[in-house]
Amino acid sequence: MSKSKGTPGKEVAKAYEKYAMTFTPKPRYFYNCVKAFIAGGLLCVIAMLIQNRIMASGWEEKDAAALLTIILICSAQLLTGLGWFDTIAKVVGAGVIVPITGFANSMVAPAIEYKKEGIVLGVGGKLFSLAGPVLVCGISSAALVGIIYWFMGGMR
Amino acid sequence: MDYVYAFLIGGIVCAIGQVLLDATKLTGPRVLVIFVVSGVILQAFNLYQPLVDFAGSGATVPLPGFGYSLAKGAIEGASNGILGAITGALTSTAAGITAAIVFGYLVAVLFNPKSLR
Amino acid sequence: MKNKIGKQTFVFRNKPVITGECAVVGTKEGQGPLKEYFDTILEDDTYGENTWEKAESRMMENSIMTAIRKAGLEKKNIEVMLTGDLLNQLMSSSFSARDIGVPFIGLYGACSTMTLSMLMSSIIVDGEFAENVVCAASSHYCTAERQFRMPLEHGNQKPPSAQWTATASGAAVISKNPCKSNETLIPIPKEIFITHGTVGKIIDTGMKDSNQMGAAMVPAAVDTILNHFEDTGRTPDDYDIILTGDLGYIGKEIALDLFADAGLNMKKMHLCYDDCGTMLYYRESEDVHGGGSGCGCSASVFTGYLFKKMRAGIFNRALIVSTGAMLSTISPFQGESIPGIAHAIAIETS
Repeated sequence: MSKSKGTPGKEVAKAYEKYAMTFTPKPRYFYNCVKAFIAGGLLCVIAMLIQNRIMASGWEEKDAAALLTIILICSAQLLTGLGWFDTIAKVVGAGVIVPITGFANSMVAPAIEYKKEGIVLGVGGKLFSLAGPVLVCGISSAALVGIIYWFMGGMR
Repeated sequence: MDYVYAFLIGGIVCAIGQVLLDATKLTGPRVLVIFVVSGVILQAFNLYQPLVDFAGSGATVPLPGFGYSLAKGAIEGASNGILGAITGALTSTAAGITAAIVFGYLVAVLFNPKSLR
Repeated sequence: MKNKIGKQTFVFRNKPVITGECAVVGTKEGQGPLKEYFDTILEDDTYGENTWEKAESRMMENSIMTAIRKAGLEKKNIEVMLTGDLLNQLMSSSFSARDIGVPFIGLYGACSTMTLSMLMSSIIVDGEFAENVVCAASSHYCTAERQFRMPLEHGNQKPPSAQWTATASGAAVISKNPCKSNETLIPIPKEIFITHGTVGKIIDTGMKDSNQMGAAMVPAAVDTILNHFEDTGRTPDDYDIILTGDLGYIGKEIALDLFADAGLNMKKMHLCYDDCGTMLYYRESEDVHGGGSGCGCSASVFTGYLFKKMRAGIFNRALIVSTGAMLSTISPFQGESIPGIAHAIAIETS
């Protein structure tokens, strides 16, 4: 990248950033981690409880897991619609962002915001503005893995 | 005991996410991408399956679990030929993705954004 | 050049007068330490409109119309309006101008828009191109947030340095002649004159973190202030109050440190220097992290708090410096750093 005339060199920029950081309060790493750990752990336990309940009523494990995913996604999206998800996420952070609930939230959040721009191009388009990268990268890499496996299987 | 393992593994994955959010300048969506792709890569080397067997929901509910399902589906599909390798990832996660799209669309159409609280 | 001194400073020899001003703020700002100074506090951030953008342009329209009325004028007396906001293509400004129907010039200076528009208005009035000019700036948390950052409902945690875009609009009428003073008011409110304007340079520190905007803007603000002192031959002792726009809590600390490095009289600076971003909210109870930001932040503090204090005779000479971070919605993704800018205006009472 060519350096434009008005921007400082890398060393100056680094030095200023370091200088600015001395004035910036640090996030409370440990406290935030503990909150994320507890919230994330609890969410997984609840998920397991639900899944066991579903399996107890006669579903197969694979179907129960799919059903569980649907339940988690729908409840996270409903909470987003009601405006509670961002409040929860503000407190527990990664505890709800990293589980599948965070993915569900990142679909609804931009879509709901662009409702006034129309329900086709506004909501329909923005549904993927944050979640799109996750789907694109995840599906592409998985397909690549599948193709490599197929190729290796063919060689055997 | 299953519940304890689920709590521990799920909690640890989320805590790693929290460190990524706090200590690096990565934004939320980037962290999600990293988690999903790392789930795919781990499962490509069959490293995530043991974690799922061990912790159940604790490993499948966090986003690496989504990557794991994608990769698992693709690998299983690969044994049925090239078409299976391509479609496998989406077949195994179709329920979740469809639910997210349809219900997400519905919620977005029904609700309005709230201002600050 | 007869009206320019030093490198960057204009002198307004005809001394344009601020005849009317108005600040309209959102609910959250209306619960802050300055609540009693604002003219209108919204009960609901939508302002009864169905989009945030409409709410913002109505806020601006309301503040402009109130400022005109307070100046003892009518819409037909205003010859030109210079306004700006944060949205793409100046949506709120243009749409409020559409409703007001006065000749319109849109300005973009990011969060520095308030002093930018006052500076341009003063040039127009001082150069005798118009008698009465209105200038305004606005920002809205909900419109800015979704344009520059994340959607409102997105679950995320803001770092301690992130600043809170103020939902606020400020407007001022700048006129050639003082309005006929209302003799019934005791004490008679003082007139506020604009004497100098210092146009700032863009200074880029190389910072790329859009959650560190205050720190990215500080060098621009300090540069403009130091140039102002050099050009005018003034020192901090000449001012009762020096206000920067929206550097926030972190930016204010850095600014004080840089002022000390520049060898200013720090005893005086600690007394007279403050930052609008730190004044608008209660730091702890309102959970605003790094402090306020946005065009409306400095606009509402100047028009709501400062001008009223000056009219009451509490401050006699002030230097106001709105600061802007001139990043676009795409520049951070292209790996560009944040260019900072600041424009200063010196005002004094009769």
